[in-house]
Amino acid sequence: AENEPSWGTPCTELLVYVSTPGCDGFPSLNSKESYKLSISKGSMLLSAEAVWGALRGLETFSQLIGRDENGTYYINETEIVDFPRFPHRGLLLDTSRHYLPLRAILETLDVMAYNKFNVFHWHIVDDPSFPYESSTFPELSKQGAFNAMTHVYTASDVRTVIEYARLRGIRVIAEFDTPGHTLSWGPGAPGLLTPCYVGKAPSGIYGPINPIINSTYQFMTSLFQEVSTVFPDFFLHLGGDEVDFTCWKSNPEIRAFMEKMGFGENYKKLESLYIQRLLDIVSSLGKGYIVWQEVFDNDVKLRPDTIIHVWKENAMQYPKEMANVTGAGYQALLSAPWYLNRISYGQDWMEAYKVEPLSFQGVPEQKALVMGGEACMWGEYVDVTNLTPRLW
Amino acid sequence: SRCIMGRAMGLVGLLLGLVLVPAVLVSTSLRHGAPRTEGEAEPSGWELAADAVPEDSLWPLPQWVRTSPRQLQLAPSRFQLVHGAGSSAGPGCGLLQDAFRRYYEYMFGNSRRRRRGRRPLAARAEPELSQLQVVIEAEDPGCDRHPLLTSSEAYHLTVTEPVAVLKAYEIWGALRGLETFSQLVHEDDYGSFLVNESEIHDFPRFAHRGVLLDTSRHYLPLKSIFTNLDAMAFNKFNVLHWHIVDDQSFPYQSIYFPELSDKGAYSPNLIYTPTDVRLVIEYARLRGIRVIPEFDTPGHTQSWGKGQKDLLTPCYNEEQPTGSFGPVNPILNTTYDFMTKFFKEISSVFPDAYIHLGGDEVDFSCWKSNPEVKEFMQKQGFGTDYAKLESYYVQNILDIVSSYNKGQMVWQEVFDHKAQLKPDTVVQVWMANNYAHELSSVTEAGFTAVLSAPWYLDYISYGQDWKKYYSVEPLNFPGSEKQKKLLIGGEACLWGEFVDATNLTPRLWPRASAVGERLWSSRNVTNLQDAYKRLTNHRCRML
Repeated sequence: AENEPSWGTPCTELLVYVSTPGCDGFPSLNSKESYKLSISKGSMLLSAEAVWGALRGLETFSQLIGRDENGTYYINETEIVDFPRFPHRGLLLDTSRHYLPLRAILETLDVMAYNKFNVFHWHIVDDPSFPYESSTFPELSKQGAFNAMTHVYTASDVRTVIEYARLRGIRVIAEFDTPGHTLSWGPGAPGLLTPCYVGKAPSGIYGPINPIINSTYQFMTSLFQEVSTVFPDFFLHLGGDEVDFTCWKSNPEIRAFMEKMGFGENYKKLESLYIQRLLDIVSSLGKGYIVWQEVFDNDVKLRPDTIIHVWKENAMQYPKEMANVTGAGYQALLSAPWYLNRISYGQDWMEAYKVEPLSFQGVPEQKALVMGGEACMWGEYVDVTNLTPRLW
Repeated sequence: SRCIMGRAMGLVGLLLGLVLVPAVLVSTSLRHGAPRTEGEAEPSGWELAADAVPEDSLWPLPQWVRTSPRQLQLAPSRFQLVHGAGSSAGPGCGLLQDAFRRYYEYMFGNSRRRRRGRRPLAARAEPELSQLQVVIEAEDPGCDRHPLLTSSEAYHLTVTEPVAVLKAYEIWGALRGLETFSQLVHEDDYGSFLVNESEIHDFPRFAHRGVLLDTSRHYLPLKSIFTNLDAMAFNKFNVLHWHIVDDQSFPYQSIYFPELSDKGAYSPNLIYTPTDVRLVIEYARLRGIRVIPEFDTPGHTQSWGKGQKDLLTPCYNEEQPTGSFGPVNPILNTTYDFMTKFFKEISSVFPDAYIHLGGDEVDFSCWKSNPEVKEFMQKQGFGTDYAKLESYYVQNILDIVSSYNKGQMVWQEVFDHKAQLKPDTVVQVWMANNYAHELSSVTEAGFTAVLSAPWYLDYISYGQDWKKYYSVEPLNFPGSEKQKKLLIGGEACLWGEFVDATNLTPRLWPRASAVGERLWSSRNVTNLQDAYKRLTNHRCRML
């Protein structure tokens, strides 16, 4: 055909050079994701300090390749130096409000890799269902899953997710949200949740985890022993959001406890007591933790390396929260403006794009405490039939 | 031979009786086989029963339902959908044969139990329902014809042992009844197929129940159109309003004017060939769905100009053409020559009695800028009232289309700008602002109306917005009884600016189901809790 450009000798290889070994390890908050890409006539080189950077560079390389109308693949001479601005770039999936089959999670991990996300925040259980198959407490999913045969994540499923993610440089941070958001835990763990009272008699309804009995902490220790082993990431997300105090208030034993401890009517103190004991348990298991912002807001005593997850979006108040959290010396993650489950008409991606995470009042040392953020896809109205087009 | 008239009269009488029965006698009052009594109010207060009642998944809710707790069993290997004795339709009726197979598969799936069972089933208490007999009462079933606005979709379903009977005047009612029957059949915990003894009289409240798809803003592959037609049939929708071309692209491959799609489609493979169009029309027909194409002019026509030179108005800046184009040029004879030929093709390609001619959102600025147009305005004595020019154009198109014996549907602006419409023109009300008032005006002027304004489903929002679509009462507008009769139905619109095959189905369904029930079921079926229960079951079934 006429007008065909002469392409010259085709490039036959992309050389990938990684300076620090470590192909079998897991990515972490400190992983190096930087890379350099050098494409010129005669040589194509991708160099990175760690394998994680190589993954990021491969994605970029694949985006540079074009195809002309004759079907020829080509690439322009290019020089790229790249590294992420924020080390924690996450996505939250909620598998409790609606079960998500394994293939939906794996597909999401693929698309996360296309977009250089590196944290999968797995909000795995909540009020409506408990799909996580625990080896220590099998009754939890047997009684708490939507369907114990079909709507569960077996140990093998969980391993599959963790490895699939690892191969894409994605950390899996599991969230076992307590003491609120735990209704589905009740049927499989009798005595765990607080019985609510109407007057002097139990109403038959249950509330958050019961913070005043020893069995609760024995249970938590055993459960988190298992969870710490199953999930290799250093961090666990412990939740701690939206604890409704009404049930605690109605329970006479709890009220007696509140008096004994001198907490008065301040149930935030009771919540803090629970969270503190939980944080101790998790620390002693050698894990770090992330908590939702209420834990910070309610003055719980936290370890200095706790990460606070900022999510409340009322009237653009989150910059203030970011300032407070980092001002108190804690690391922060931002999700408030990125609740992607809250759909609206038109090109709403622009609103998400315009967010500047460091736009809050603070000194550079504070700003350095912002580790990154997470886009959240809560599952009240999301299942496998609409997850992918809603998220991407 | 049987007295056809007698049967027809009988059914008419039955239907009249239904209309007179107080609205309160809708299914909810006849749950547990209580004998039918006039005017018995139903104690409200729905509790989520541990074991679901069969009506818990009917959607849309039929006009009259009576069920009994007595259950019948169906054996997939033996159960048959057949033509009943006395039906004017038989095995030669392709539409019903196709429906029998389709509904058999919906009910029993790819069940391995369809093969003869190896072990005899444990003796059950329930008697077996061996057949559903379908009886078409009209003398000529018209199995090869297309549905009309005036088609009868009423049916009467009796489910008792040993055979169930579905009677309908026309085949369209049989299709609706098959859907309902399939919604009554359920599986128990042991995997057995059961159906409760029941009797249902049903017919649609409104005759025009449509879904609008936009294949210009984004091309929609045939598969996704077919999936949508399936979903429409599950919800008893009966009109596909195919907004096939618009500014952005012209995917319709015209026989007389192949350049239109050659130059105007997004790409050579993103088109609808004549075969594709026939496939859509037939797929729809087999589901009792009319296909009303919309070729929207004079606005929304940018893509037409690529393949048809001099069709669009050249815009001017002072004395010079800017190079950009506006709406269709209303002052040239060539425009009307083109439209005459074009609509001749459309009239023969699309068998429905109606064509939608658009007429919305015409931007006058380009016309105003063009000196020849301005001159024409003067000559015609239109002054500076460009609405008159628009009406002049529209009237010409209406005449052209009329001459091909097609009825016309138009968007409301055509009426608002006072074009002279044919008496049987259908006006589609879409502007959300004060649409009740518009409905009054349109019907007061004696025109039939179709409502879309509150049902723009492309306007997504967080949460259970189906409730807001469900709560619309189309007849809530000031007007006489005669006027209200002119509102023949409505359409749920899914404009394509942000919709393509990757998200069409979850965006449209089950939200459109809310509109489907509003247009089919009785006016007083408004309880949101009951609707929620039925809709969640219906949605899972649709998946």
